[in-house]
Amino acid sequence: MAPRSTSGLVAYVNARLLDPASGLDSRGALLTNGEIVADVGPGLFQGGVPAGMEVVDCHGLCLAPGLVDMRVQLREPGEEHKETLKSAGEAAVAGGVTSMVCLPNTNPVIDEVATVEFVARRARKIGLAKVYPYAAASKQLEGKELSEMGMLAEAGALGFTDGVKAIRSAQLMRRALSYAATFGLMIVQHPEEPSLAENGMMNEGELATRMGLSGIPAAAEAIMLERDMRLVALTGGRYHAAHVSTAEGIEIIRKAKAAGLPVSCDTAPPYFALNEMSVGDYRTFAKLSPPLRAETDRQAVVAGLKDGTIDAVASDHAPQDQDSKRVPFAAAEFGGVGLETLLAITLELAHNGHIGLLDALRLVTCAPAGILGLPAGRLRVGASADLVLFDPDRAWKVDAKKFRAKSKNSPFDDRPVQGLVMRTVIDGRTVYAHDA
Amino acid sequence: MTDARFPHRHLLGIQGLGPTEITTLLDLAEGYVEQNRSNDKRKNLLRGRTVINLFFENSTRTRTSFELAGKRLGADVINMQSAGSSVQKGETLIDTAMTLNAMHLDVLVVRHPDSGAVKLLSEKVNCAVINGGDGSHEHPTQALLDALTIRRRKGKLSGLTVAICGDVLHSRVARSNIYLLNAMGASVRLIGPRTLLPSGVDRLGVEVFHDMRKGLADVDVIMMLRIQNERMRGNFIPSIREYFHFFGLDHDKLGLAKPDAVIMHPGPMNRGVEIDSDVADDVERSLIRSQVEMGVAVRMACLDLLTRDLPRSASDHSSAGAA
Repeated sequence: MAPRSTSGLVAYVNARLLDPASGLDSRGALLTNGEIVADVGPGLFQGGVPAGMEVVDCHGLCLAPGLVDMRVQLREPGEEHKETLKSAGEAAVAGGVTSMVCLPNTNPVIDEVATVEFVARRARKIGLAKVYPYAAASKQLEGKELSEMGMLAEAGALGFTDGVKAIRSAQLMRRALSYAATFGLMIVQHPEEPSLAENGMMNEGELATRMGLSGIPAAAEAIMLERDMRLVALTGGRYHAAHVSTAEGIEIIRKAKAAGLPVSCDTAPPYFALNEMSVGDYRTFAKLSPPLRAETDRQAVVAGLKDGTIDAVASDHAPQDQDSKRVPFAAAEFGGVGLETLLAITLELAHNGHIGLLDALRLVTCAPAGILGLPAGRLRVGASADLVLFDPDRAWKVDAKKFRAKSKNSPFDDRPVQGLVMRTVIDGRTVYAHDA
Repeated sequence: MTDARFPHRHLLGIQGLGPTEITTLLDLAEGYVEQNRSNDKRKNLLRGRTVINLFFENSTRTRTSFELAGKRLGADVINMQSAGSSVQKGETLIDTAMTLNAMHLDVLVVRHPDSGAVKLLSEKVNCAVINGGDGSHEHPTQALLDALTIRRRKGKLSGLTVAICGDVLHSRVARSNIYLLNAMGASVRLIGPRTLLPSGVDRLGVEVFHDMRKGLADVDVIMMLRIQNERMRGNFIPSIREYFHFFGLDHDKLGLAKPDAVIMHPGPMNRGVEIDSDVADDVERSLIRSQVEMGVAVRMACLDLLTRDLPRSASDHSSAGAA
């Protein structure tokens, strides 16, 4: 790690500044003063860097706002053998993520002010990526009674969700949307009709039939989204659909947005970079929820990212230990880790020519920050100096064994990718530097 | 024939086998049928070899059949049931594999309720693995014994029309049979209510019928599948009597098939549910008992073929060269 400057001023020079929020993409420099961005721009330090500042030569690499990951499972408290706030923090900064939002499906559940504060306090103490919780929409995630949304919001919850479970009852969803709107917060739904997904292990279709695995039809997503759109229309509450994965689901969101409903959605890298073929050979690391879908669905996700129907990309980081994955497919847990591959897989969208570099970055910076109402994801004077320096072209191969995350269950293991995080800065401090 | 080789270490499924490999297995099994009918049933081909039957699901027929096949070839055969074993006590499949590796066995026959579990085990053990049925995925030796039964009766597989009737959704037998019959040039029809046919099944190279009378028209072979009782109670079909009315095989529906059409069933049968007793016991038409006989021969062929390229264990090494 670089030595701190005596003045508290650090000059990042010779950078390619990328700020999706303002559309800035140019050579330039950025100055941090302690925890804050003090100056930024193409013209900065053209006459040289004044003495007394620490200088970081970016060698022409991309300097961008740190990534904002709006869907992460942290497993602490309760399942520390899978992931801790510390191991997740290390994984996050290695992936260029400086802010992340965790799901309430911990043990105890994040449905009380004390748990919200516990997570926030622990994360602050660790001093790596900033952690913001979603609180449970229903007490104990049981889908029956509303949680104390107002107090949870005051304690810092950014939104309400039942995590990996869908809010099943239409009545509860209606009330959750209405009540959360009182506090200006949104409901985040896992859009999947539970009875259709029951016992399902992968996408329904020919491949599931060949493998003898029970399937989850794409209609499970569409049915839940259709229902929820009507409840959004009824209540006017803000609604965010997590990890949309199907062509039909995306079309429903597209129409809802066109109709002016307060709706947003995200997807995760597996849904635009992989399809159901990845679970062939019973690869449990590719057993995800929602399941990896057909190739036509994958293409629809790419199209949704292109036309802006899908607002953001989140890692959907879901750590599972060996005992949860090295078992027969039916017995394996759902989910894959994603913090350390979020940037590289998202950059594939740009490398493959689907969208530009700035647009790809927008999906993991200012777009999720905007949905969450976080003052992050922008290169702006006066904002927290949360930054990522990356080489967009540098090729590497995903090697899950080397992950900092405690669990290694990546659906992308062994994938050749392009785009490497060189340095991650949080509140002006370098918290990660790629060695070599 | 006797020096035939099999280019796979394991037999995990019919998917991935070509007609030559299938024919090799069937031809070899044919020889064992004759041997099993003679007074001298034993061979010493697998002397010194250890075969373990590891069954995570109840089975009488398949397990006994493998046991007999192993013993007739001179192997030491050990049966392990999951009930009461360490598996029931929470041991993972991979731990089980490690334990088995320490036993220096040669062939492991596995049945497991989860699709893909046998493949997972095969990746962790250092012996040959035969899939004795995994979830709703595959049951390759059943398809092979069915094929041998048909071939002996009809003289061929190619060009025949075979109807597979009933609960295809949950059936590994149906899947393995579809792959095998397709590979051998037979045409396959599936007959059943829509709730018991899996999604995308029409892409498996079959013709799908929901009207049994239409589906049975002019077929050469009728394969009935077992209906599990727990699937009868309003989940997939409303009742036994409704199922039997529309999809049970009786003489009336049988009359629509070719006059020399034969009836098969992988067992155990639910008489009066998917098949009428008179039909099941019709010696002219029913090959159900012959299937059991072919089962032993086919499993002998599989054990024989899969052990041909296996190294002899360390203790046996000196005699291996001379054999």
